[in-house]
Amino acid sequence: MPAVALPATADWLAALAGEPLPGRRQEDWRFTDLAPLQAVAPQLWAGPDPFAHVVLPAGVTRLDGAEIQALADPILHATGSATAWPVRLNQGASPHGLALRVSGAAGPLQLQLDAGDGPGLLALQLLLVLEEGASFELLVRHASRGANATSLVTLVQLGRGARLNLGVLAAGDARASLLSHLAISQAPASELQLTTAVGGWGLSRLEPRVCQLEGAAQTRLRALQLVDGQELADTHSQVSFGGPEGELDQLHKVVADGAGRSVFNGAVRVPRQAQQTNAAQLSRSLLLSERARVDTKPELEIVADDVKCAHGATVSRLQQNELFYLQSRGIAADQASKLLLRGYCEEVLRELPAAAAACHPLQLLLPERP
Amino acid sequence: MIRPDAPLLLEIRDLHARVEDQPILKGVNLTLRAGEIHAVMGRNGSGKSTLSKVLAGHPAYTVTAGSVTYRGADLLELDPEQRARIGLFLGFQYPVEIPGVSNLEFLRVATNARRAERGEEELDTFAFEDLVRERLKVVQMDPAFLERSVNEGFSGGEKKRNEILQMALLEPLVAILDETDSGLDIDALRIVAEGVSQLAGPDNATLLITHYQRLLDLITPDYVHVMAAGRILRTGGKELALELERTGYDWVDQELANLEATSEREPVEVA
Repeated sequence: MPAVALPATADWLAALAGEPLPGRRQEDWRFTDLAPLQAVAPQLWAGPDPFAHVVLPAGVTRLDGAEIQALADPILHATGSATAWPVRLNQGASPHGLALRVSGAAGPLQLQLDAGDGPGLLALQLLLVLEEGASFELLVRHASRGANATSLVTLVQLGRGARLNLGVLAAGDARASLLSHLAISQAPASELQLTTAVGGWGLSRLEPRVCQLEGAAQTRLRALQLVDGQELADTHSQVSFGGPEGELDQLHKVVADGAGRSVFNGAVRVPRQAQQTNAAQLSRSLLLSERARVDTKPELEIVADDVKCAHGATVSRLQQNELFYLQSRGIAADQASKLLLRGYCEEVLRELPAAAAACHPLQLLLPERP
Repeated sequence: MIRPDAPLLLEIRDLHARVEDQPILKGVNLTLRAGEIHAVMGRNGSGKSTLSKVLAGHPAYTVTAGSVTYRGADLLELDPEQRARIGLFLGFQYPVEIPGVSNLEFLRVATNARRAERGEEELDTFAFEDLVRERLKVVQMDPAFLERSVNEGFSGGEKKRNEILQMALLEPLVAILDETDSGLDIDALRIVAEGVSQLAGPDNATLLITHYQRLLDLITPDYVHVMAAGRILRTGGKELALELERTGYDWVDQELANLEATSEREPVEVA
């Protein structure tokens, strides 16, 4: 059943953000119907602070209040995030915060951000600072079982040579919304792997924004988004290179079933100073229903002339040759379809941080197709 | 091994098939008995690969006339998976890469589908691992390939070994190997040929589809068939393959031209 917008909610959200809700006339929101967000009760989520009892692994310490703003501002500035509507909304909603400094080879961490069935808007902010040479693996898990919205702004600063493996595993509810904005700045020689897997939300909007401050860093993005029923999943990614010799390897996969709608916009910015950039972006969408809809768009702005920038987009049904291959080995057509669908998803899910395996991401995201 | 009294496994009669609106097979006749190794040779476009795909039940091909009987049953009535379960195997010319699907899981599901059909109990992961490790020896394959996605990033030789591994696990009664020799270097070709030879026995039949003689240096066929323009033009023993190697396929054109001239001269029957 489509979400019914509450007029009071739109006003309340606009007041929090200090500007009206984005509408269809804005290019970045053209395909994104915010109705599920407006169907949430106009109140802040009243449950306990999900960050209150986080136990930190070795190598990870909390940043103190005075440092936080000084560290956050440059990241927001580098990625152009300060004016993004989801960030403004988040800041206006007095988010619960967790700010961490990582040094050396830190242990892995998992954050459970479960909005449960409580009403309202759960606003959260996460700041990660990886010092020079530090390495860290973080899995962020979102969940919901009701008509609520989760807004998370993640700010990350990767120092020189730092390595971050960041995973987002978000299995939602058809009545729930997820707004996740990730602003990440990378110093040279740093390595970022960001894997996002999102499914089951009435509305999800992911905005990963990565800035290689001086280039010469590695960015690997892996994403899977699934829509079914009336769900809408939207990813607007943006990677910019502030200097030469940066690398990007991006794969964005979609499974669209029912009357679900998927939106992907992948911006890559390679200005004149970013010579020798090597960027590859691939968007693959699997359409499982006549009524599902996929909008996918690469957005490459390349000014530098000595670069490699590859991009591609495919929208298809299950591959007939793959199905036939499995059938020719005695595997029934419906079982073969399930295997292929699982395989299609696994290609991304297997790149989540190791901790994800214990929560069986495939079952979380494809509950009816075990 | 030719035994006239050996059980009939596959009987193809006047088989016609098309892909989209293009007729490809125009009356193929072929009989395979247990214990026999057949080679089908012919140029590109002669219909060799189409024959293999039609037999395996590829949905892109439509049979327009003729029959295929497998151990007394109508093969063309069956879904591709059912054909595989009762013992028909197609080794692909271009094995398909399936990212994200574990090779080991794929092999286990396939093996269990065949076992269930034969009334054998399904193997759990541990029992299957024992079986697969034993069968790996047939193709001297590194167990590391079990942990990878099906054929993903495999070299040409590794893909073909994986095909023969599947054959070793499924124990088909009729194995059709479509250009299994293509894209293989000498060592890989030898390993694959040895694997096929090991699996060929008195109870099953093998149909080798190939372009070149070199595979037949390693596996001696009982029959060699030359295919052209969608039918089998000539059948002989292994010496026919040697003759082809020596003289090429030019005589085929001549024979086809003669055939067509004959058919044009045939009187039209008046009802």
